Amino acid sequence: MTATRPNTPIANEGHFQSHYIPSTVDEQSEMLSALGIDNIDQLFADIPVEFRNPHLDLPAPLSELEIQQELGRMASKNRAMGSGPSFLGAGSYNHFIPSIIKSLITRGEFITAYTPYQAEASQGTLQVIYEFQTLICNLYGMEVANAGMYDGATSLAEAALMACRVTKREKVALADSISPAYIDVIRTYCQSQDIAVEIVDPSNPALGEETACLVLQYPNYFGYIEDLEALVDATHVQGALAVVSCDPTAMGMLQTPGHYGADIVTGDGQPLGIPVSYGGPYVGLFATKQEYIRQMPSRLSGRTIDKNGKTGYVLTLQTREQHIRRERATSNICTNEALYALASTIYMAAMGKQGMKQVAELCYHKSHYAAAQIASLPGYSLPIDKPFFQEFVVQCPSSPTDINKKLIDLNILGGLDVSEKIPDGMLLCVTEMNSKDDIDALVAALSELK
Amino acid sequence: MQQGGNRQTEKLMLERSVPGRVGVVLPDLDVPAQPLPDNALLRDDLALPELSEPELVQYFTGLSLKNFSIDTHFYPLGSCTMKYNPKINDEVAFSPGFASIHPMQPAEHSQGALELLHKLQGFLGEITGLPAVSLATLAGAHGELGGMLMIRAHHLANGDTTRTKVAIPDSAHGTNPASAAMAGFDVVELASDEQGNVDLNALRAVSGPDLAGVMITLPSTLGLFDTHIVEVCNIVHEAGGLVYGDGANMNALLGRVKLGDLGFDVAHLNLHKTFSTPHGGGGPGAGPVCCTNQLAPYLAAPIVSQNGDSYEFSTPAKSIGKLSGFHGNFGVLVRAYTYIRTLGDAGIKSISGNAVLSANYMMNALRGVYHLPFDRTCMHEAVFSADFQKERGSSGLEIAKRLLDYGFHAPTMYFPLIVHEALMIEPTESETKETIDAFIQALIDIDQEVTDDKDLVNNAPHTTPVARLDEAKAARQPDLRWQPEAAD
Ligand SMILES: Cc1ncc(COP(=O)(O)O)c(C=O)c1O
Repeated sequence: MTATRPNTPIANEGHFQSHYIPSTVDEQSEMLSALGIDNIDQLFADIPVEFRNPHLDLPAPLSELEIQQELGRMASKNRAMGSGPSFLGAGSYNHFIPSIIKSLITRGEFITAYTPYQAEASQGTLQVIYEFQTLICNLYGMEVANAGMYDGATSLAEAALMACRVTKREKVALADSISPAYIDVIRTYCQSQDIAVEIVDPSNPALGEETACLVLQYPNYFGYIEDLEALVDATHVQGALAVVSCDPTAMGMLQTPGHYGADIVTGDGQPLGIPVSYGGPYVGLFATKQEYIRQMPSRLSGRTIDKNGKTGYVLTLQTREQHIRRERATSNICTNEALYALASTIYMAAMGKQGMKQVAELCYHKSHYAAAQIASLPGYSLPIDKPFFQEFVVQCPSSPTDINKKLIDLNILGGLDVSEKIPDGMLLCVTEMNSKDDIDALVAALSELK
Repeated sequence: MQQGGNRQTEKLMLERSVPGRVGVVLPDLDVPAQPLPDNALLRDDLALPELSEPELVQYFTGLSLKNFSIDTHFYPLGSCTMKYNPKINDEVAFSPGFASIHPMQPAEHSQGALELLHKLQGFLGEITGLPAVSLATLAGAHGELGGMLMIRAHHLANGDTTRTKVAIPDSAHGTNPASAAMAGFDVVELASDEQGNVDLNALRAVSGPDLAGVMITLPSTLGLFDTHIVEVCNIVHEAGGLVYGDGANMNALLGRVKLGDLGFDVAHLNLHKTFSTPHGGGGPGAGPVCCTNQLAPYLAAPIVSQNGDSYEFSTPAKSIGKLSGFHGNFGVLVRAYTYIRTLGDAGIKSISGNAVLSANYMMNALRGVYHLPFDRTCMHEAVFSADFQKERGSSGLEIAKRLLDYGFHAPTMYFPLIVHEALMIEPTESETKETIDAFIQALIDIDQEVTDDKDLVNNAPHTTPVARLDEAKAARQPDLRWQPEAAD
């Protein structure tokens, strides 16, 4: 069935009455006659006639009922994380999401508003951003945070560029223990700017006088906790900035990068109440020290007063941004991920002081329980002997990809194959979403797989 | 409407916080407690609010009521295409089969998602006439960066190392020069002629062996279709450059013309404008990049390819690399796919027809009342100037603020930069004629107020949660987070 399409032509213009477009044929005729013309096509006369009204090879319109069925068919071919035990992390994490988040962020007043340029008409969004900046600063132990970036990867890449601006140096050092996707994105961002990218071993990061920054991940890509204190100090000795990409969930428990003196802290806000959603949309987190504020990319909401002395909020320090500074802006970023900054603000508030700690502890204890159980299986071991948070690497008796294939037949989503980095290594993630039964099912399945 | 008690939103969350309250109850630990790491690795305090669930819902609902939005107000913000955002699109994007799938899970278990992405690539390629598509870029400006890096990679692959300049019209959006600069180019500004088209003599003057390309917005940010567009593309191509298209304004052209046919080499689309995905108060968006087959090998990774009956991610042969952590803003892409399938071939074309009709109808009704610096048939938006009103003492900003009192969101102001006192108005196809008529009347009434009671206009808005804000103070003494000391 196709939606009924009254095909009343206005001259050579067929009419399609969509439920998203109110104008009827009569109303169109009224508007056209106000313009003294008789068909819509005449409005497009500036388009060279040989290219006008090309054939458009798209499917026919669908009713909402048909759309639901079609999308339902596609969705059913995807395995959802909730459909069975899942132990995949590696930059996108399965955490509990309180239901108030979806209910609040889908309010039309939030989701269908534009970027809050018109401050008097956008106090809701602006106050949310100010709350977000406050909570991100507290989470990371930093002095200023912006209103958000695209995602964790681009946030880190922008931090590397910012470090080059601050230090006026043109080389960035990346610890080899950061996410390979982050390394790729930093390379893409740096390729055109004559910035050299160097991969270093964080146990001995030989930095030189040309190095703008050392880029670290905390916990690192494999889940382990780097010695931030020593690394930040070593970086500062060279006059470089310490840039740390930090999992916000871990901040419920671990000492902050700010405490260790990190200069720029970034992260992916996904674990803060945002669904894994096949990789996006997420929100990039970005915080730094007060002294670097004018080199920061992206928006900032500032508190001020109106002409009657009442407190209000505005986008501020906009002379850093593209719409004012154009090619000399600190970044080209414009639209980013405000709705998910809202989601993570609600998440941090709902979890609150206690809940953030509890979630972190649940992840910690469950992952350590899982690691100990797996390490006790014949053929399995833990090749890295360092403190970790919720992810860890297991050395498997055979190819992790083969093991994962057998696990998924049992409806268990295994970890990521990282054997390129660690022989027969599987990166497993255990969060509060994994019950003891899930973990025991994984352990039992692995014990059969050799 | 005034809210009382705890439903007032003035106090921030950390000021409302009451020790002991919780917003969420979590399950107990069901495994034996494990040894904790060295105490030195653990933090002492975490300053987050302590609030119950009802308080949170009341607070955030209260804040939402301080926003204008498409669902609550006509939002004719030029260049932003604030059209209706269908609810089914959100519902689908949040369904578990899309929202709960992990980006790294095996392709065999994500075939529905990959099929959707593959088909969306095809639709966007068909709509733009630029058949190769990457969905990995996360906003318009991000797509611009990707496209400009592709142009750079193309020239370098041809051994062409002297092409360092990119020419951009003076009417362009700020992201264009900012993106070109991030991609390592020197930006030269191109003048517009008195018709609002690219000045061809200015273009010829910069079209030499150092020109990497141009960035052209079509229709331009003046809301006009550049009648020289084919010649613009030819001049650039003859000089060995490439043409980048800023497709943020595609709402005007859907089904009317394909950018590829006109000579564009690479372009981005703003799905959060043209394809109705909600703007979210400043994102998420998505800025897919579409290009010719010639440039396809340079697209940002990953793209989706079909292999018999199944779909998989792949990396184009000479890809500029990855620009985002995973595969793009999937939830936004799901919404755009749903929208395109709902409207289909006939509906897609009726978007542009109705959007352009509404804009011209509005422009015509206001001609003479507000100055029209480029008085030609417009596309999806019309750019007025408040010069007439300025002579009588009210600026474009003041008129825009006064519109808020009439219950309409303000137009885009002071952009494009080449129009004095610019008021850029985009009604979109999803607004009724009644709303557009009421808006026209409001602008006519405000013009009269400028004559009769200028102070009323110049002190506007009078009805919003706050009056005009002190932006200078905000910038001079940046207050960017709440701190306990600052509370008293
Ligand atoms: C003409 C034009 N180009 C580019 C952009 C940038 O898009 P985005 O905000 O998604 O980065 C915008 C919108 O902001 C625009 O209006």
